[in-house]
Amino acid sequence: MNREIEAIYALWKRELIRFFRAKSRVIGSLGMPFFFLAILGTGLSNAFILPMEGNYLEFITPGIIGMVLMFGSMFSGIVVLMDRQFGFLKETLVAPVSRASIVIGKALGGATTAMFQGIIIMLIAFFLGVNFQIGSVLLLLLFMFMVSVMFVSLGITIASKMEDMHGFQIITNFLIMPLFFLSGALFPLSTAPEILRVASMFDPLTYGVNGLRHILIGYSDIPFTTCFAVISAFTVVFIAIAIWSFNRIEE
Amino acid sequence: MVLKPIIVYFVMTKAIETRELSKNYKELKAVDKVSLVVEKGTIFGLLGPNGAGKTTLISMLVTMRKPSGGSAKVNGFDVEKEAGNVRKSIGIVFQDQSLDDELTAKENLEMHAAMYSVPKAERGKRIKAMIKLVGLKEQLGKEVKTFSGGMKRRLEIARGLVHHPKILFLDEPTIGLDPQTRASIWDYIKKLNKEKGITIILTTHYMDEADSVCGKIAIVDQGKIIASGSPRQLKNELGGDVVSIECRNSEKCRKQLEKFEWVKEAVKHNGTVNIRVEKGEEKIPKILAIVNKQGIKVESVSLRKPSLDDVFIHYTGRTIREQEASPGAAMRLRIKAWGHKR
Ligand SMILES: Nc1ncnc2c1ncn2[C@@H]1O[C@H](COP(=O)(O)OP(=O)(O)O)[C@@H](O)[C@H]1O
Ligand SMILES: [Mg+2]
Repeated sequence: MNREIEAIYALWKRELIRFFRAKSRVIGSLGMPFFFLAILGTGLSNAFILPMEGNYLEFITPGIIGMVLMFGSMFSGIVVLMDRQFGFLKETLVAPVSRASIVIGKALGGATTAMFQGIIIMLIAFFLGVNFQIGSVLLLLLFMFMVSVMFVSLGITIASKMEDMHGFQIITNFLIMPLFFLSGALFPLSTAPEILRVASMFDPLTYGVNGLRHILIGYSDIPFTTCFAVISAFTVVFIAIAIWSFNRIEE
Repeated sequence: MVLKPIIVYFVMTKAIETRELSKNYKELKAVDKVSLVVEKGTIFGLLGPNGAGKTTLISMLVTMRKPSGGSAKVNGFDVEKEAGNVRKSIGIVFQDQSLDDELTAKENLEMHAAMYSVPKAERGKRIKAMIKLVGLKEQLGKEVKTFSGGMKRRLEIARGLVHHPKILFLDEPTIGLDPQTRASIWDYIKKLNKEKGITIILTTHYMDEADSVCGKIAIVDQGKIIASGSPRQLKNELGGDVVSIECRNSEKCRKQLEKFEWVKEAVKHNGTVNIRVEKGEEKIPKILAIVNKQGIKVESVSLRKPSLDDVFIHYTGRTIREQEASPGAAMRLRIKAWGHKR
């Protein structure tokens, strides 16, 4: 058991070292969300009739945090593919530790860096004038953590199935982007057309964004208990699928 | 009982034992019923051309791929049933690079030590010792992406040793390196074996290097072991001498000489014909007379004892060099290229 925990810790640390070493990656990953906040948040301030008090910037901030969590986590999951291409994956696969520990180590590492990015975006939003009403910091962190682990697991699952980086573009265009736009990060679901609203119910990020919105500014299109239940369930299921898929990698 | 310790001792002298170990990729028999024993403390070389199945064989021994048939024991542990114990007791240097480029040498080693549960108190000491062994002390804090190919290779060897394995697997440890680095890597390997008693299993297709480094070798071709023994043994079994003639029409020359009963074997390679005979010094005049009669112009003649290259030619009918791979081997290589694209 000790052996497994050590391995998890080592892999977690690796993710952090890699993340913080590539300064350009850190800054690059924060660029897009920053512009979303700064430009959309102010430019579209009168475009929607919001079902809540507060301005549009306040409405999309939790959505953008959800986006950062998803992008950051998915990317660290997909790094498994790069590890395979550059050979490092083999080194982990023949180590005397279980594959489950490898997945858990990666998931924790990826979640930590994604949460770090999410918190930075929160700070930026704060300086842009967002008025947060955070009930429980612990609940916030737990929720962010679950959302991140869920998406790292999805990333690992996808990476375990893909042979090389060529499919990466497809994943970005046909999975990540739709998940983001459907989630109600940028517009209120309560006033959206029926078809969008139904589709968004199948998007795990919908529950992530609305849960965050509830915790951060006290509004949600979906009851928080539903969000919490759905996200916990998705997290558990996705990590199980990730372990299962990773177990099936032959090399 | 007195017998038991003897039996245990007998069993434990084997670092590796395989029985009809096989691996199929669809219809291709990449490893074909290989039965092999490697005694502890040996430097054991697997020699063979590209696509012979060396890497696949090693992958099964290190629990990376599952055998399609047969069984294998490494350090007394079954590779399928006791994979965890096998993994703990071996070190591996893969054919292809497997370091994390974005970490420093030290971080790579620390990570490995943690994954192999090296006691915390020992890690620093061991990392220092290993890095010194491979001569990378100055580079310890540098990111691996700044390293040359040779430095990366040495770092991988150091990494493979941090957890004090009983067996070290090295798949083509010197491929693509310059001669000087190659020589120094072989020196490390010999030193390791001698000072620490580590069993070493390596693959290579540099015959001369295998000859000078390995205590025992097995020649692998098309998934099968076709000969094994110490390099000296294998060469002695061939016996006699090799007369090499460099000439214009080497194929014609080879054909002429092949006919004679005293010629054990005549093989052409580039512009040279290697003729294996007894008492070479007496045969040179005879050979020259025959060749002259055919009007073939001879550029040079030399006499030597058989090398491992000749052993390889004897068993496979061709040299180990890739460009002369048999049609079968060429197909196997194509399959490989295809397999990697997928
Ligand atoms: N993953 C794979 N899928 C299909 N064929 C493979 C795979 N790996 C190796 N092979 C084939 O098995 C044969 C042996 O390959 P390999 O063990 O790499 O040889 P060597 O290491 O001696 O060059 C080759 O013909 C290669 O094409
Ligand atoms: Mg190979």
